[in-house]
Amino acid sequence: MTTNNNTPMDKNAFASPAEVKWCPGCGDYAVMASTRAAMANRGVPRDEVAIVSGIGCSSRFPYYMETYGFHTIHGRAAAIASGLKVGNPALDVWVISGDGDSTAIGGNHFIHAVRRNINLNYVLINNKIYGLTKGQYSPTSELGQLTKTTPYGVVDYPMQPLKVAMGLGGTFIARSADKDIKLSEEILTRGANHNGFSLCEIYSNCVIFNEGATDHLSGKDKAEYSVVCRHGEKLIFGKDKQLCIVQDGIRLKAAKVSDVSESDIVVHDERNAELAYLLSAMNNADGQPVAFGVLYCDPDKKSYDDMVYEQVNDVKAKKSGESLDDLLSSGNTWTVSSTICTSTGCKTM
Amino acid sequence: MSQVKEKDVDQVVIKFTGDSGDGMQLVGNQLTALSALSGNDVNSLPDYPSEIRAPAGTVAGISGFQIALGSKKIHTAGDYPDVLVAMNPAAVKHSYHFVAKGGMIITDSDTYTEKALEKAGFTSDPREDGTLAGYDVKAIPFTTLTREALKDVDMPAKDKDRSKNFFVLGVLCWLFNKNPDEVINFIHTKFGKLPVVMQANDAAFKAGFNYGETTVMFQSRYKLNAASIEPGLYRNITGNEAAALGIAAASKKSGLPIVFGSYPITPSTEIFQEGSKLKNFDVITMQMEDEIAGICAAIGGSLSGKLGVTNTSGPGLALKGEALGMAVMMEIPLVVIDVQRGGPSTGLPTKTEQSDLLQAMYGRNGDSPLPILAASTPDDCFDATFEACSIALKYMTPVVLLTDGYIGQGSCPWKVPKESELPDIPVKFIDDPDYDYKPYRRDSKTLAREWAIPGAKNLQHRIGSLEKDALTGAVSHVPQNHQVMTDTRMAKVANIEVPDCEINGADSGDLLVISWGGTFGAVKGAVDRVMAEGKSVSSINLRWINPMPKNLGKAISRFKKVLIPELNTGQLATLIRSRYLVDVETLSKVKGDPFREYEVVDKIKEVLGE
Repeated sequence: MTTNNNTPMDKNAFASPAEVKWCPGCGDYAVMASTRAAMANRGVPRDEVAIVSGIGCSSRFPYYMETYGFHTIHGRAAAIASGLKVGNPALDVWVISGDGDSTAIGGNHFIHAVRRNINLNYVLINNKIYGLTKGQYSPTSELGQLTKTTPYGVVDYPMQPLKVAMGLGGTFIARSADKDIKLSEEILTRGANHNGFSLCEIYSNCVIFNEGATDHLSGKDKAEYSVVCRHGEKLIFGKDKQLCIVQDGIRLKAAKVSDVSESDIVVHDERNAELAYLLSAMNNADGQPVAFGVLYCDPDKKSYDDMVYEQVNDVKAKKSGESLDDLLSSGNTWTVSSTICTSTGCKTM
Repeated sequence: MSQVKEKDVDQVVIKFTGDSGDGMQLVGNQLTALSALSGNDVNSLPDYPSEIRAPAGTVAGISGFQIALGSKKIHTAGDYPDVLVAMNPAAVKHSYHFVAKGGMIITDSDTYTEKALEKAGFTSDPREDGTLAGYDVKAIPFTTLTREALKDVDMPAKDKDRSKNFFVLGVLCWLFNKNPDEVINFIHTKFGKLPVVMQANDAAFKAGFNYGETTVMFQSRYKLNAASIEPGLYRNITGNEAAALGIAAASKKSGLPIVFGSYPITPSTEIFQEGSKLKNFDVITMQMEDEIAGICAAIGGSLSGKLGVTNTSGPGLALKGEALGMAVMMEIPLVVIDVQRGGPSTGLPTKTEQSDLLQAMYGRNGDSPLPILAASTPDDCFDATFEACSIALKYMTPVVLLTDGYIGQGSCPWKVPKESELPDIPVKFIDDPDYDYKPYRRDSKTLAREWAIPGAKNLQHRIGSLEKDALTGAVSHVPQNHQVMTDTRMAKVANIEVPDCEINGADSGDLLVISWGGTFGAVKGAVDRVMAEGKSVSSINLRWINPMPKNLGKAISRFKKVLIPELNTGQLATLIRSRYLVDVETLSKVKGDPFREYEVVDKIKEVLGE
């Protein structure tokens, strides 16, 4: 179990002395600032925090944080962090990963970490491009996008990580964008406090290879293209709060507030998995906004690490009398001595 | 009675074959236990079909295993069976051609129906058409005799047939001169809760024993004197079970819980299955989504300050390669147990081979040295696993332990060690919050780096898979630093203290035969045999392959020739040739089957020019 009743700390205490080497203007700077702020809010001592990353621009993150940090291999951060968390469940374990790391080479580990509901704080920094290898498309790049390896346009469909996670029974699903530092800080703090797998997808701008790809979701027009989900509040968006989400059969659609009755506007319920699935699937098609904030939170589903140790403790209680010698000498044993038995009986040699 | 002769023998080899329902495994296990109890040395070799449920009565559905009983130390389950116990025509068809000339074939004459013969692929009765000429065939109506013996037992006829294996065991108990009381005790203990079953098995067993004693079917019975076996408590154990126990023991003696990440793969899976029962010994198992995640979870466990362990076989080791390289780079303790099988690719999953050696040695990118050791017998898998854990922690390094399908799934008697006899495994964490901790500061002797783990007060630091500064562990692309780190990683492994190898026989001569891993038994047996014939041949079993024992080079240099039998095309030979610049003869076998002693004997004589 992670603790959430510590005294808040100074976020600058989480900055390591290492020189940050992201490109000037990279969205990852903002994500790191939000993460430091979230860690400071939680107040978990720096030496009880471990950050695991894979490979990619964003995966350099641990070097810049004054915590324990493990920069590992491409795609495997979720699996390594899972072993780390099980090895020491008292640690606050974060995974910092990118879209390539999580949805391409590490897709399998990402899927199963979500499915197990292991108590990791998973930050998926999504810039929709491969930056470290200099500009090839990723599984979250848009159809038709021109990149180094798609000079005539991307012909495979993008993955929506939050929608995938909802399909897997994820228990904390949230989204923000780099420039929305306060919202990022808020979802990261809540996600880290969540006892289970928390997935925070944060769009990040790659100034070199995918400049402006998520500007509509983080720039001055963001209110027109995104809706911030707040539990118990109506899903209303737009610069003048003129737009809203209503139900259309079993689907969601965008509408003008003026065209619907107030009671038709969907009220966000972060405990409603079906609603969260629909929200996670919204992708700016048909005037729909992209959903930000906490789309889903189920604090009741037990975490994998809790269940692992419940089982361990249970077995230990039941077999408390068994010593290593008992274990080694279990099964059918016999003693070799100088007494030998044959069909005619036993004798001492 | 008095006309029955006793045949004094040093060793007898018995093979059991039958359908899975015949209970031959129980008969074999009991005979093994009885023989062990009477002081014989014993060794067994299972032979399972690769199909899980092949049809009964067909050759493909026959499973079997072979045991050897000795009045001296024996090292394999034997070459040719002296006695084949084959419970139906298909079981005879499966194995009669392996039986030593003049050997005995015991079979159930009640099963020889036209249909059974046809299913087995015989066009006529092999007992009559000359197929089994030259063998001493004992066709005994086991089914009829068992039913007859159980006529007063109140159970359905088809249930009575299930006691047939105890009738067979009775006959064998007599034939091999073993104490029937031990089996009777076993029956009463094992079936105590099922009185009718107990009564049936008891009656069947006694009838079988009396059958041997009172009929003239057998002209002689075997007599094996007790071998000189070290007194102590023994149990039978497979290599995979032994490895799991070795992990639990290492946890106890190091005080470190184990994080055991794994993904099922034949023939290694039983290590993980057994390990998953050991939660009360702090073995925490995580069945992961693939081989890569298996090793990564183990690595995560090590990063948390526990001991990470993973198990696998050939294709799985290939998948783990990148993560293993990271463990080399991060210099963390980790144990990888590779139960080798036939390759390449999916290869022969249920068949043994030793062809992962060069993969373990070189199958990673970059110069990526790690220690490699090999277990030589099923019971040795315990010691080798314990030793692998110990080295991993002492030197802060991943270790690969190579076993193979033959020793992983085969079994032998194991002298059960006491916890108090096992050495402690010291583990040192840096935990002084004021210490000027440098992640890559090293012990001057072992070159192991200092270890501080998450949660240690004020010692937070960052390490990773990028090349690191030789002291601070910070990312470093400085050319000279990479040279230093590469050299240091090589030196650390090269300087691991491993025991000198022992020479079996004279320390110089015409020929030195080197075994490694599962070839130990056949090589030892073969070399002992030719030494007894006066040949100038010695052998060495190589437990440590990286680094090699310090005295190996000198030992090799004292022989005119060197022979390495391997279940591959010469992988250890390649290493020995390049390391010591000596010519090495190889004996290669890749038939999914371990060496038989005679194969090694024949090769030794060929190399000696005979």
